[in-house]
Amino acid sequence: MSENGHRGFGRVQRKEDARFIRGKGNYVDDIKLPGMLYGAVLRSPHAHARLVSVDTTAAEAHPQVRAVITGETLAGLNLAWMPTLSGDVQAVLATDKVRFQGQEVAFVVAESHYAARDALELIDVDYEALPPVIDARRALDDDAPVIRDDLEGRTDNHIFDWEAGDASATDRLFDDAEVVLAQDMLYPRVHPAPLETCGMVADMDKVTGKLTVYTTTQAPHAHRTVYALVAGLPEHKIRVVSPDIGGGFGNKVGIYPGYVCAIVGSIVTGRPVKWVEDRSENLMTTSFARDYHMRGEIAATRDGRVRGLRVKVLADHGAFNGTAQPTKFPAGFFHVFTGSYDIEAAHCEVTGVYTNKAPGGVAYACSFRITEAVYLVERMMDILADELGIDPAELRLRNLLRAEQFPYSTATGWEYDSGDYPRTLRKAMEIAGYDELRAEQAERRARGDGPLMGIGVSFFTEAVGAGPRKHMDILGLGMADGAELRVHPTGKAVLRISVQTQGQGHETTFAQIVAHELGIPVDDVEVVHGDTDQTPFGLGTYGSRSTPVSGAATAVVARKVRERARIVAGAMLEAAPEDLEWTPGRWAVRGDPSSGATMQEIAMAAHGTLELPAGVEGQLDATTVYNPPNLTYPFGAYIAVVDVDPGTGKVAVRRFVAVDDCGVRINPMIVEGQVHGGLADGVGMALMQVMAFDEDGNHLGASFMDYLLPTAMECPSWELGETVTPSPHHPLGAKGVGESATVGSPAAIVNAVVDALSPYGVRHADMPLTPANVWRVIQGRPFRTDLAIP
Amino acid sequence: MQVPANFEYAKATTVEEALALLARHGDEARVVAGGHSLIPMMKLRLAQPEALIDINDVTELSHIRIDGGELCVGALVRHAELLDSAVVGEHFPILHDAERVIADPVVRNRGTVGGSLCQADPSEDLSAAFGALRASAVIRGPYGERTVPLREFHTGPYETVVEPGELLTELRIPIRPGGSSAYVKVERRVGDWPLAAAGAALRLAGGRIAEAGIGLTAVRAEHFVAAEAEEVLRGAVPSEEVFAEAGRVAARHCDPGSDQRGPADYKRHLAGELTTRALRRAYERCPT
Repeated sequence: MSENGHRGFGRVQRKEDARFIRGKGNYVDDIKLPGMLYGAVLRSPHAHARLVSVDTTAAEAHPQVRAVITGETLAGLNLAWMPTLSGDVQAVLATDKVRFQGQEVAFVVAESHYAARDALELIDVDYEALPPVIDARRALDDDAPVIRDDLEGRTDNHIFDWEAGDASATDRLFDDAEVVLAQDMLYPRVHPAPLETCGMVADMDKVTGKLTVYTTTQAPHAHRTVYALVAGLPEHKIRVVSPDIGGGFGNKVGIYPGYVCAIVGSIVTGRPVKWVEDRSENLMTTSFARDYHMRGEIAATRDGRVRGLRVKVLADHGAFNGTAQPTKFPAGFFHVFTGSYDIEAAHCEVTGVYTNKAPGGVAYACSFRITEAVYLVERMMDILADELGIDPAELRLRNLLRAEQFPYSTATGWEYDSGDYPRTLRKAMEIAGYDELRAEQAERRARGDGPLMGIGVSFFTEAVGAGPRKHMDILGLGMADGAELRVHPTGKAVLRISVQTQGQGHETTFAQIVAHELGIPVDDVEVVHGDTDQTPFGLGTYGSRSTPVSGAATAVVARKVRERARIVAGAMLEAAPEDLEWTPGRWAVRGDPSSGATMQEIAMAAHGTLELPAGVEGQLDATTVYNPPNLTYPFGAYIAVVDVDPGTGKVAVRRFVAVDDCGVRINPMIVEGQVHGGLADGVGMALMQVMAFDEDGNHLGASFMDYLLPTAMECPSWELGETVTPSPHHPLGAKGVGESATVGSPAAIVNAVVDALSPYGVRHADMPLTPANVWRVIQGRPFRTDLAIP
Repeated sequence: MQVPANFEYAKATTVEEALALLARHGDEARVVAGGHSLIPMMKLRLAQPEALIDINDVTELSHIRIDGGELCVGALVRHAELLDSAVVGEHFPILHDAERVIADPVVRNRGTVGGSLCQADPSEDLSAAFGALRASAVIRGPYGERTVPLREFHTGPYETVVEPGELLTELRIPIRPGGSSAYVKVERRVGDWPLAAAGAALRLAGGRIAEAGIGLTAVRAEHFVAAEAEEVLRGAVPSEEVFAEAGRVAARHCDPGSDQRGPADYKRHLAGELTTRALRRAYERCPT
């Protein structure tokens, strides 16, 4: 039996890797259609400027150019603006002003990439520069230029105020608290930076009226509906194909102007149009993440009992409010900021503002702003520990939710499903050798030479698997996922799911779920996904929702098949279905295992000449839709050990211990791979990544020379551990894990660096902790990491 | 996808042929070897040369050998070859130190010593390393060959004394007994350009420093060297204090600017700190 003859959960090798390691993946840019043309986008060099004129005459005269599309062209089609996922509108191609550097101004369609790119230089645009709003903290100043004068009656850059929790109860608690501490902190603007940039091949068939798009999307079905609603195309005449995707991390949830331009280009020319953005376009213009300017306050007793949390956030949403998150939550799930602790009262206020930067805000494996929330509470816990002189791990142990408190309702309205937090933290401390590490640190500090050693602890609770219909939707679409399972006469199965893998290993994990439920080999299950003509409706892969939602749908649909097989088996075995007993892969008469029929035999019988019993129509195929009753709440305890060179400010991550509890693990190898990737992301954000802007709004991180991705050299050999607390409401007891490590790890590393610097009286430092930043923090002169370094 | 503008392309197999092609294509032609700086700039359309003269097949420039008491390194030697060369490591450990932290293995397999120097990026590592070693550059042109001290090679950011129509062919470093060398660099991430880096070469005689070379990069040190700090060392008895003083002088005499890698004061601090560290390491490596 090959390894993938495995009949269920376990370390099964990834089915998809066979094609990837042979170079046989099929990405959007690999797709070539007969007669295909190539598109390129002309972008604004200005962060804020009035568009005086766009002269395309010379570009149109280029012998290889087939179309030049401008904002004016699109306005004629009522497509110059498109709705965002947050109730705003975004310019597809600028008509009145440009509002961020890199904004789309014109689109050229030509016979080759080269000609399209050459023709961009032939377009003559006259801009009248306007003063930009770059620093979010100045966006609401009385004299700030108004960015969104396209919106009727708009006189400032304010987008929304939003709050959660009980303000007066929290205020009362703070008034009486023994200890109150406050800290300003920035979670800087970062970028998901998938190695495959965004792109599309749009193919409008004028004869059938059918539009087929091959595109980089994490949510093919949602994109299809949005195209139907925005462009007025009939939804059954739109097919969205998401082929192999080279990383998403939230970057491929939204709909970008380039996609709309490619579609219009195909409609205008009658030929397929490919548009694939380059690296700088991806970094400068597509969905960024974070950019939260936060002020946290924590109230506690002198003996280290945390009582209240109060948070104010200024959220930089860029030029258009284009965050991708459930409709009712303008700050995503940020109000989960009480984290993993038993806290009496909490309140947060979030204010969103426009600036002259690219739109976005929810991306990069953040679980709808839980990354920011966890970072805030975990920094506040360390600041409190420092103030009280209590070890940060001990302070957490005193305040973590205990197993008997679950299900637990938080002060801001979440219901955590299951957990045993102290057990998980103790396990991480045991793997790390926490007491020995503290002893080593004390000894090094006493010696006073060599690198500064720091130990950082973080604990996180994630909220994933969006989501319950009564609480959340995206553009009015409920966040439920369908699944279809066909079983062929020979017992081989095809599972059709709505979620789309970008590297998570869906083709393996979901096959394992079917194999587990039906007792057939993993290799006998084919997973079909990423094509709206081939799969049932569902909202897509982001927010760690695939296993919590589509994984549950898969288990449910497989159980339907299994129950149908039971009825068929009853007819085969001449026994009542209720007298049958299931062992993996086989129904047998209770007490007589030799009497059974295998799934393969049952499948053949269901398609054969067997006289069908009541309750089956022939065949075993089934469909379902899964509406999650709650989110799942994975959690974990992370411990980082760092060494800081005080002479250079350079941080080295010596060790990193990650104990994750994501409930039942379907494929532990894939889970660990997800954790490894997220931890590397955390190293990147904590130590090297930021998208800063100078005073003119120039993007200072528009290439991989300026915006750094961590490599194996910056990552220690990860030390992983696990605890398993099944989700009580998920059919498999599983929880999501995709973003856990990204959510939890930055705080551990920052806490470790701040711990290392504590002999200098340092209590906080903003990310990224680059050598220059760390050295300046040691000097007591930190700089704003989100602006040009003066 | 980033694509360059149109350009002509010609391939040379000898230096003579390369010089003839440069003469034919004129001032807007550029020489391409490893291409790891030029090609990205062309794809970003920051550089739009009318012609590329490819010298990758000019095998006469791929040598590493000792000749007349000098280490001779052909301009087409790849970074990886310099790093792999035992003779280079034996005489000039500074070059192995530097090569280990230049970009990544993929770039080092392709990028060349001559290309790095001619690109003349103000953060380039080998300029500082060869500067510390008081190397000289051999340049050939239509009117023959000339030799220029490396400390006179750079005329400004991205500018060198190599004229249009000329080709850098070789670097030469004098081999002197009784010394050693080292290079230290701080970067935000492996493969990144330096925030600052320092190279040091020391020759000892009679318990004193007979000769000292200090190279600095990314901190706008004139000609990539710290001449004033070298003066502090010459004739001095090596000690922690004298290395620290040399660091202070080196820091004072460079002129770094602020950018997203770091503010000027930090880079100035690093210039001193790394000078001291490089001197310390070079001294530790000196034969006793």
